[in-house]
This record gives sequence, C-alpha cells and structure tokens, in this order.
Amino acid sequence: MIKTDILIIGAGPTGLFTVFEAGLLKLKCHLIDALPQPGGQCSEIYPKKPIYDIPAYPEILAGDLTDKLMEQIKSFEPGFTLGERADTIEKLEDDTFVVTTNKGTKHHAPVVAIAGGLGSFEPRKPPIPTIADFEDKGVEYIIRDPEIYRNKKVVIAGGGDSALDWSIFLTDVASEVTLVHRRNEFRGALDSVEKVQELKNNGKIKLITPAEVKEIHGEDHVSAVTIAKGKDDSFVLETDHFIPLFGLSPKLGPIANWGLEIEKNAIKVNNALDYQTNIPGIYAIGDVNTYPGKLKLILCGFHEATLMCQSAYQRIHPDKKYVMKYTTVGGVEGFDGTKKEAPKAVVKKIE
Amino acid sequence: MSDITIKITDREGLLHEVVAPTDMAMNLMEVVRSYELAPEGTIGVCGGMAMCASCQCYVKSDHELPEMTPDEDLMLAEAFYVEDNSRLGCQIQMTPEMDGLEVELAPES
Repeated sequence: MIKTDILIIGAGPTGLFTVFEAGLLKLKCHLIDALPQPGGQCSEIYPKKPIYDIPAYPEILAGDLTDKLMEQIKSFEPGFTLGERADTIEKLEDDTFVVTTNKGTKHHAPVVAIAGGLGSFEPRKPPIPTIADFEDKGVEYIIRDPEIYRNKKVVIAGGGDSALDWSIFLTDVASEVTLVHRRNEFRGALDSVEKVQELKNNGKIKLITPAEVKEIHGEDHVSAVTIAKGKDDSFVLETDHFIPLFGLSPKLGPIANWGLEIEKNAIKVNNALDYQTNIPGIYAIGDVNTYPGKLKLILCGFHEATLMCQSAYQRIHPDKKYVMKYTTVGGVEGFDGTKKEAPKAVVKKIE
Repeated sequence: MSDITIKITDREGLLHEVVAPTDMAMNLMEVVRSYELAPEGTIGVCGGMAMCASCQCYVKSDHELPEMTPDEDLMLAEAFYVEDNSRLGCQIQMTPEMDGLEVELAPES
C-alpha cells in the first residue's frame, strides 16, 4: 500500500503544481495517471504547441511547461503511479481514503485531490462491428509488451506518431509488418515518416495507402483482416494481430461513480472556500471541476491547487495554525535535504 | 456587427437553429459548445487545435468553406465516421459568408 498525505489523481499541470504548494506546507504527494508519462493533455495532445497565458512566460511550449513543473517539484520527491487508472475509492472509518487502480495498486491518504482534466485517456476504437470480440485476442489498442508480436504477422492502422513509431519498432520483432492508413500522407514527425519510407523501400514494411481496415476475421483469435482501398477494391490479408493506433481520447470514467456531484461532465466544488467536493476530504481542481464562472485554464488550476492545499493542511493538522510565508522569505526546503533561499545581503561598512 | 444563423443537427438528430456572432472570432465548435448542443467533454476536447476530431461535422449546405489546412486534413484522415463532407467545426470561423450554414454533428468517438 502506497501511503501519502495528498493523493493526486491526474499528473497534468494542475496536479504537478499541487505537489509544489503541498511541499511548502510539508505535505507529501503521490500522483496517479492513466498515461505512461506526466503532463496530461500538455504531453499527450499538444506537447509542441505554444501556450501564451502562463504568467511570466510570454510563450512556452506545452511540453516545456511540463518539464519546468517537474523541475520545480523535484525536491518534494513526488511518487508516481503511471499507466494506471484510478478506479475505486473507499472511505475508511478514520475518514481517510484508499484509492485502487485498474491494476490493483492501492494508495492510502487522508486527502484526495482529483486533478483529472477531461478524464483518463482511453484509446480511440475504430468503428469495426466485431472489434470488441477480438480485444486481447489479437486486437490491441495499446502495445504493452512488444514481445507478443515476436515472429507474428501484424497489421497496424493509423497515421500519427504512434502508428509510425511502432511500425518501425516492430520490423525487428514481427515476421511481417503492414501499415494501413487512409492517406498517403502521415501526420507524424518527419524523421519517422522518412524512416518508414526507407523500411518500405527495403521491403521491411508493407505500406497500404490510402486504405482502411473494414473487417476482422477469426475464430477465437484474429486470423485476417479485410482491407478496403476505395469502394470496390478490397482484399483479405492474413495476420495474427491487428493494432489500431488512432490516438487517445479522455473519458471521465470510473470517477463518475465515486458518489461525487457531477454537472456537465465535471465535478461540482465549493469555489467560495477550498474546491472541496460534496465528500469531505475529496477535492477537485483544474479542468475536472465546475463552479459558477469556471474557466478551464491552466492558470486557474494553479490557483485552485494553492487554495486546496491550505484546506488539506487544516484537515491533516486540525490543531496546527499555519501562517502563509512568501517563498522569497521562507525559501523552499525540499524533502531531499536541499534548500533554496534568497541570498543574504552583504553588509559592508564604509570607512 | 451582424449575427448569422446556423442550422445544427445534434448527435440525437435534433435540429437547432442558432444565432452566431461574427465579431467574436468564434468558430463552429465554440458555437456548438456555447449553446450546449453536445455534452461538455465530448466536443472541442483539444480546445480547437485540429488535434482531436471531436468536433467533426458533416456540412449539408453548399457554402464555400475556408480551405482545409494540412492539420485539419490529416486529423480527418485519422478520425472515424468520415464522409466526403466532413469538416472539423473548430476550423470553420463564423463570418458573414457562413450565414445559413447547415451542419450535422458526427457521432462521438
């Protein structure tokens, strides 16, 4: 069981900054995120896009913002459970919480801060009628263990980075790699496109474009797919695996069943005070919450995180009185023994 | 400044005739959201960067639309339920020329 002071669900910018504000209050944090890397939408959807409304950054790339936040919180040594989705929450008799992920990892904390953005990212599934019957029987939306493709035939569909990168990677593993995309052009990074071109020229990747996988065949496991090139030109291709890689889309998911008040796909909170939900001890901050006048902006998430931490402190230490200190005055004392502080003035006498 | 009228069929098949301003730099996805014609979180997920296709719609009228950028074109190449008249709502700006535009929201995916 992982134990912490504030369990943060969602490692996007709001969740990450919470670690900093909590750290100033000597509270430890642990973050859970369904994505394999921190940053949330900033790293998953638009890492190379600029943001212009982060105070004091006239322009910063979303990916760089994530890196900066990670640097800022490093000394507070946050824990991470990545690639797992927070599934269930249980309130114990002492009013603390146990949150369990889809992989069974348990986390115990007196305070839960949901910073889940638009929800956890789930793979987008192409609308092929029988696809659900073949899930984990030859159809995989996420490649977890490339070894299962060793000496197998695979068909990958998609036109973005993950489709290109996995096609490249699997040429060394699988016996046959076919990449199917609806266009001749690809959306992925230029060098990935060039690499696929090279592998295609060497006969290592079979590229079928413009085309689409329309049907999946097999008894208990995928044995072939029907690929359509235009309306009247389709053929059946034998394969052991079909891997549709069409990116991820966020879904509120299991959090919707935690007994929290939900309005318009967001969690209602008390914005007059501390962004607490209808369940004391559970807070919701950033894009995942709603209140009158709510704006889904990163900078608003930062503010909400800051106020939430004050309330969390009171909940965890009901007998202590806390006086807010400027970081310029108090410095930043990390849990790793480091201390950042303003340099002391040098006093020199004039003779 | 003039307002324009847009006809939007939602994902349940209901037709809405809505008024959109042309002086607010609004796009079609934002119009749909402002009238709450699709639940929050199911449209405009990426905020309008042509990076998620959650605002895909089918254009029913013969308005001359802004030309597709490579971003929109390639995003549609990866979207589902795409038809010849598919566009991303976030890439259609509300201008006086769009008056009378008729669209239907594509299914959620």
